[in-house]
Amino acid sequence: MSRKSFRQAINEALRQEMRRDPRVVIMGEDVAGGAGSPGEDDAWGGVLGVTKGLVGEFGRQRVLDTPLSESAYVGAAAGAAATGLRPVAELMFVDFIGVCFDQIFNQAAKFRYMFGGHAVTPMVVRTMYGAGFRAASQHSQCLYPIVTHIPGLKVVIPSSAYEAKGLLIQAIRDDDPVIFFENKVQYDQEEEVPDDPYTIPFGEANLTREGDDLTIVAFGRMVQVANEAADRLARDGISCNVVDPRTTSPLDTGTILDCVADTGRLVIVDEASPRCNMATDVSALVAQEAFDALKAPIRMVCPPHVPVPFAPNLEDLYVPNADRVEAAVRAVMRHQGR
Amino acid sequence: MQLNHEELRRAYRTMRLIRDFEERLHLEFATGEIPGFVHLYAGEEASAVGVCMHLTDKDSIASTHRGHGHCIAKGCDTDAMMKEIYGRKEGLCGGKGGSMHIADLSKGMLGANGIVGGGPPLICGAALTAKVLQTGGVAVAFYGDGASNQGTTLESLNLAKVWDLPAIFVCEDNGYAESTSSSYAVAGSQIERARGFGIPAEEVDGFDFFAVHDAARTAIERARAGGGPSMIHVRLSRYYGHFEGDGMTYRGAGEVEALRAKEDCLKRFRTRVTEAALLPAAELDEIDRAAADQIESAVQNAKKAKPPTEADLLTDAYVAY
Ligand SMILES: Cc1ncc(C[n+]2csc(CCOP(=O)(O)OP(=O)(O)O)c2C)c(N)n1
Repeated sequence: MSRKSFRQAINEALRQEMRRDPRVVIMGEDVAGGAGSPGEDDAWGGVLGVTKGLVGEFGRQRVLDTPLSESAYVGAAAGAAATGLRPVAELMFVDFIGVCFDQIFNQAAKFRYMFGGHAVTPMVVRTMYGAGFRAASQHSQCLYPIVTHIPGLKVVIPSSAYEAKGLLIQAIRDDDPVIFFENKVQYDQEEEVPDDPYTIPFGEANLTREGDDLTIVAFGRMVQVANEAADRLARDGISCNVVDPRTTSPLDTGTILDCVADTGRLVIVDEASPRCNMATDVSALVAQEAFDALKAPIRMVCPPHVPVPFAPNLEDLYVPNADRVEAAVRAVMRHQGR
Repeated sequence: MQLNHEELRRAYRTMRLIRDFEERLHLEFATGEIPGFVHLYAGEEASAVGVCMHLTDKDSIASTHRGHGHCIAKGCDTDAMMKEIYGRKEGLCGGKGGSMHIADLSKGMLGANGIVGGGPPLICGAALTAKVLQTGGVAVAFYGDGASNQGTTLESLNLAKVWDLPAIFVCEDNGYAESTSSSYAVAGSQIERARGFGIPAEEVDGFDFFAVHDAARTAIERARAGGGPSMIHVRLSRYYGHFEGDGMTYRGAGEVEALRAKEDCLKRFRTRVTEAALLPAAELDEIDRAAADQIESAVQNAKKAKPPTEADLLTDAYVAY
């Protein structure tokens, strides 16, 4: 155990898996950096330094800087996965998925099923999501609901450094294509993380807070926001469960439904745009499967249905925060229903 | 050369304004007051200006993440640009876009772009509009050596030729895409790529305003005359990092210093026009002073300006749910 940042946890997961399995390769724009340039090799290690140092240990055969051609290299990752490698492709910002989406959702996602179970596609696409960087409309989106919508993909959204390491190792060992979401404002956050490799299974939610009054389901960085709200509310005698599903595909519906059965109240916190997102998905699940347990209407805390604005004051209004979660919880608690 | 006195002044003034705008942003960014990502165009001025000198508001351009120079060359207001970069309500996009998304449709500036390779398809569309509506306009896509490897760019070259569009593709090759050298990432040659689609293509020295200006004239006149698309490969370099905050360890020792000393479109322009007695040095100095004043007031005005209001979060969107 030692304190590691979210960035270090991911770097360590990649390094340990590359040591363990020679079929694991990584590729992406500037994942080493400095290719063909007169200065330092490994000049960047990814735009935010997450893959720094890997090219030194594994060489450019396994740490591949790519041309600026997402469609080609993400597709190459799918093709390589189907033929014996276990590639981890880095799609710098998930906003760029538009450029290579076909290779992800018509190709990689479909192989196993469409080929009658005769293919596996053990690839991972690591990508950054989320607002808070003042990076405006094309570098701040969440988009995990869009990939969650596609059968055949697994979708992972770690909420902390510990989660990131275990889930990424699991992702690399998984035989299906996995889209792995990293929140760009979390890279410097530190916590205790085991030094040895470990895995966290997909489809098993984590309860980060336990309580009797209300259940909060939150995704990725929003788990921290939910925890903060829950801690404040606890001081006022309102005790909340906080559920971190960890993966949206597969989704641990059992834990969510159990928690709702126990508390009878549900707030969902999702940073993704509010239409057809994880909050609406979980709401629909609970409305269908746990209607009788509900003591109050479900509330969703999401951004407004607009692109992410640039101006800092607007971006701060846009992103859900602990105040908004707290207000939503209090509103649900006040509901005089059944 | 064929530029009259006023045109020469305009060329120099615009390049100087871009240089000052960028040099100043470099300093202001370091204070922490400017949010988000900022990619500076300093060093590349001759490309934007050499091309845009031939354009009017009825012509369109699509820019890149490194867009300030294209904006200024296409006539965007420097005050409103600076306010946008500071995230102010009076910014060109109301503070909602920032450096990477500055646009002014009234000037035919279709936007800086956060998606590399986002511009060339849009320019096919703008050129189609010009062709169908017979506006006489042309459309220019600026794109980097990195962007030249995007499928969207290669598809656009093909489409422009197939539809015989009044489109000009200007590849601004500054040698790097982020930290990756174009010598590593670009296979083949830019002009041979275009020629492979049957598009006339030319390589020019991007530190030489007059070379860019000449190549652009040929391409733009061809497009206006119904001769279809052209491609120009402009070789140049950037004086700063990929974005502000880039340590540039991938560049060679002394690379940038040597470049600034040897390759500077403004210095070259000055030498050329003073030696040929086209413009006296005193006139250029006067332009320098005026540009410095203009940028100074743009920064001061931006700092004083107000951010958007809370209500602005929910405007300009189709659905407020
Ligand atoms: C589709 C997409 N992929 C990657 C990026 C990240 N990115 C931004 S600029 C850039 C390099 C662009 O290089 P080039 O086109 O040569 O332009 P330059 O920065 O040199 O002006 C990269 C990789 C992006 N914004 N969009």
